[in-house]
Amino acid sequence: MIRDITIGQYYPADSVIHRLDPRVKLMGALLYMVSLFLFQGLAGLLLITVFLAACIGLSKVPLSYMVRGLRAIVALLVFTSVFHLFLTPGEHVLFRFGIVSITMEGVANAVFMLFRLIYLIVGTSIMTLATTPNALTDGLEKALRPLEKIRVPVHAIAMMMSIALRFIPILIEEVDLIMKAQMARGADFENGSLIKRVKNMIPLLVPLFVSAFRRADDLAMAMEARCYVGGAGRTKMKPLRYAKRDYVAYLILAAYLAGVIALRAV
Amino acid sequence: MGIVKASRLVHEYIRRDEEGNVESIQTALDGLDFDVKAGDFIAVLGHNGSGKSTLAKHINALLLPSGGTLWVDGKDTSDSGNVSAVRRQAGMVFQNPDNQIIGSVVEEDVGFGPENLGIPSEEIWIRVEESLKSVGMLRYRSHSPNRLSGGQKQRVAIAGILSMEPKCIVLDEPTAMLDPSGRQEVLEAVHALNRQKGITVLWITHYMEEVVHADVVYVMDQGRIVMQGKPREIFSRVEELREHRLDVPQITLLAHELNQAGLAVGEGTLTREELKDALVRLYGSRA
Repeated sequence: MIRDITIGQYYPADSVIHRLDPRVKLMGALLYMVSLFLFQGLAGLLLITVFLAACIGLSKVPLSYMVRGLRAIVALLVFTSVFHLFLTPGEHVLFRFGIVSITMEGVANAVFMLFRLIYLIVGTSIMTLATTPNALTDGLEKALRPLEKIRVPVHAIAMMMSIALRFIPILIEEVDLIMKAQMARGADFENGSLIKRVKNMIPLLVPLFVSAFRRADDLAMAMEARCYVGGAGRTKMKPLRYAKRDYVAYLILAAYLAGVIALRAV
Repeated sequence: MGIVKASRLVHEYIRRDEEGNVESIQTALDGLDFDVKAGDFIAVLGHNGSGKSTLAKHINALLLPSGGTLWVDGKDTSDSGNVSAVRRQAGMVFQNPDNQIIGSVVEEDVGFGPENLGIPSEEIWIRVEESLKSVGMLRYRSHSPNRLSGGQKQRVAIAGILSMEPKCIVLDEPTAMLDPSGRQEVLEAVHALNRQKGITVLWITHYMEEVVHADVVYVMDQGRIVMQGKPREIFSRVEELREHRLDVPQITLLAHELNQAGLAVGEGTLTREELKDALVRLYGSRA
């Protein structure tokens, strides 16, 4: 299950989406999320679907990569849609059994919620799949630069994020390894009550933490050895500069959001 | 003075209890004296705990001497004003390739060092390309380091140091976590850098096979340099090496045993070919 998390897994390809400035993609992801919670009705959903499909197509990332992220949240998807299905009050009752009832509004809500969550995961995973984590944190760093005036350590935060992203796959591999090693010694991660299973995680977490701290120590030393002294005086190998396509992308985004809002009124 | 020079270099790891009282002192380096000539390939041999990693960290000013002095490119490492200059001149490659790669894309990682130095972007690109080319990894520039083999990762780490254009590279057991082919690949890349670019190399290891082509070998034990010389001289002192808990390459050992048994094949044989030739010389006419 842990292997299914796609966040932080860059998919190298040469596409328009890949080449966009990370700030555009961050803004795009933000506006996209806003649109997901703003839209109403089928027309809105349709527009979002078209937009999402266009982004997926342009990104040249295989769809299977994005859908993989969904597997991790299947439980959440089922849970929320069931809740919406049964707990939405409404006039058009389709089915009633004791206190449980399903209404027309409930069905609509459940379906929309399902789409919202799926689109949320798939849409935001385009951003992380088509942007190198470094570009992403560079984008964040530059976008949040004004906060430095109120003493927010923007560079340090961005650096921590990019390192975290770099080490996610490594630590995931390590979890797998430790799990197998402990299973070979008779540890059981799959059976027993919930409390028992949580307790069984301890022999997994302790070695994981020990190794993570060791890695952190090594990495800090390697960074220091390469003259890292923080953000001051650093240059960038890939400095962020807006190109024409970035402005075009901003325009498209604005038009898209306006479209979603306009369709609310319909 | 050579590029790296130590005079009575001492390092002590001091362990303190909660009140700050000294609990124990462990002397990792015990009065080292050496002088490395620029452009040499130096191999530092020693078993675990001999102090060789501590020495490596001193050359990069990651650790500072408890006593004595260490100069890198003529600069005293204990002077805090020299730290950045020292780190620029002496790059360091560590044992675990995963824990020293910072970038999520090969070329971004190689660019990390020059970024820290404040090099202009255009120049960084040139350096990155050149560094990757000289370790033969240019083809992988846009790959994720996670998908590379151990030897390839280690070569990326070396490129990351090269892009800072150091005069000297210290490699602290760079092959300890690699398979034999990866080990060979990294060793060859570093030898090529030493030959073609004249970069001074300090190769720290406990694999005897890796030091055969070095210019000078230092053998360390208990924080001291106990033997020093050309590989052939060092390897001809088999009994002494064993005292320092080092394994001699099998070929050298075989030649040693043959010598002991009365066959004059010569001590300090390093390669199979050499031993073969020596044997052919002795018996070739009869065969």
